[in-house]
Amino acid sequence: MALYSEKVMDHFRNPRNVGVIEDANGIGEVGNAKCGDIMKMYLKIEDDIIKDVKFETFGCGSAIASSSMATELIKGQPVSEAMKLTNKAVAEALDGLPAYKMHCSVLAEEAIQSALEDYRNRKENK
Amino acid sequence: MIYADNAATTKMSRVAIDTMMECMEKNYGNPSSLYSIGQEAKEILEDARKTVAEVINADPSEIYFTSGGSEADNQALLTAARLGKQKGKMHIISSAFEHHAILHTLDRLELEGFEITLLDVHEDGLVRPEELEKAIRDDTCLVTIMYANNEIGTIQPIAELGEICRKKGVLFHTDAVQAVAHIPIDVKRENIDMLSSSAHKYHGPKGVGFLYVRKGIRVANLIEGGAQEQGKRAGTENVAGIAAMAAAIKEMASNMEENAEKLKKHCDRLIEGLKEIPHSALNGDPVKRLPGNVNFCFEGIEGESLLLLLDDKGIEASSGSACTSGSLDPSHVLLAIGRIHDVAHGSLRLSIGEDLTDEDTEYIISSVRDTVEYLRSFSPVWRDLMEGKKEFIL
Ligand SMILES: Cc1ncc(COP(=O)(O)O)c(C=O)c1O
Ligand SMILES: [Zn+2]
Repeated sequence: MALYSEKVMDHFRNPRNVGVIEDANGIGEVGNAKCGDIMKMYLKIEDDIIKDVKFETFGCGSAIASSSMATELIKGQPVSEAMKLTNKAVAEALDGLPAYKMHCSVLAEEAIQSALEDYRNRKENK
Repeated sequence: MIYADNAATTKMSRVAIDTMMECMEKNYGNPSSLYSIGQEAKEILEDARKTVAEVINADPSEIYFTSGGSEADNQALLTAARLGKQKGKMHIISSAFEHHAILHTLDRLELEGFEITLLDVHEDGLVRPEELEKAIRDDTCLVTIMYANNEIGTIQPIAELGEICRKKGVLFHTDAVQAVAHIPIDVKRENIDMLSSSAHKYHGPKGVGFLYVRKGIRVANLIEGGAQEQGKRAGTENVAGIAAMAAAIKEMASNMEENAEKLKKHCDRLIEGLKEIPHSALNGDPVKRLPGNVNFCFEGIEGESLLLLLDDKGIEASSGSACTSGSLDPSHVLLAIGRIHDVAHGSLRLSIGEDLTDEDTEYIISSVRDTVEYLRSFSPVWRDLMEGKKEFIL
């Protein structure tokens, strides 16, 4: 049996939405080098719709795949929907993750939520 | 496919497989039985004992067959602990980067009241004999230092350590699982009292190994039962496995010098090539290392993703990253040589085999270079480093 599902390997090998958004209006970074996974999410939100999302990740296969899948799940969605994203949804969309890798999907959820919070803060401070 | 994880395990050699098959087919007798097929099996065992003993310059009576390196390590430590306890000596010295077969056994002994001192292995991955000398106390019953480290390949000054222990009258054990059949070992010259070995690290089968214990030291049992192995390790012997181990070690020992030279040439080239990757560093002393081991840290990337992508390119290697160990901490070996978490996660171990070619070597270098570059291209850590928000460590 392989370590990861085909879906995980697909998103790991061909990660979607990799990169940065120069004029992002919501940025979130979570994780730390100590535990071995760091994710950074960039959001471009217009009219409360996530027009574009990109990520950068330092981490293992499941961390990269989780980032990729999380961006796919929220792209084009209204902010209110994106806020409901859970790590479980990310893991399920990847056809599951090994138990000891679930923390990677948690990180993906946190990265998205952190970027959304940044967006809200920026809006309030305008 | 390029198999570069020989420190994890090796492919069985042709002669080991053939020996094992033949033994399973023909020599199924129990070595403890007195009829002829039993006695033939017994003879195979004793021939094997002679063969492995010769490789480390021991006497056959000093060899106890075990189920591998872990069992040998456990038995050696327990043997010394028992003897120590009888004399009220409850102090054990080891090193910070031993295999878990040693470290976890030491944890258990600590719970039983032993005091453990772990020697520093410094940035070069080497124990200092003078530090051992200072650490030995009147109540020290054992010094256990590995011959060569399984992750970074550094070879310890075993002869010097052995001499100190002998002079001070302290038992000296070495976990030589990574060293046996790869580099010359002489238990007499190096004053080694006990030594662990495992067949699957030198093209023998898994689940078989041996413990050498110098004559006169009373061995403690882990497994009670029949009178096999001088009554020190019960259970009907793994005759085919032991025969295959002997066949494997014999072949490796007779080609040792030639193999080492070949491996060293490839590793030197690998080190030279990988060093050119910016912000990378070799782990462990560049010279005092196993001929087939190369271990690097690459800043700004994580090891597991590097391994998976190398696997896609047909290269099988390993890493000390947390994500490959199933815990949140990277390898204790890399931490012991002072690599901080941030870079320890980005490690790569290549433990090459004797059949590696020059082309393979170049292919490994270019594949690692490309993959590291690719992973850095979307690493937020690398971005911070490049933008000066964080300082480079390597
Ligand atoms: C240094 C060292 N000691 C002990 C062992 C354990 O050997 P075995 O797998 O035969 O139990 C290994 C192998 O992983 C090793 O590399
Ligand atoms: Zn991870």
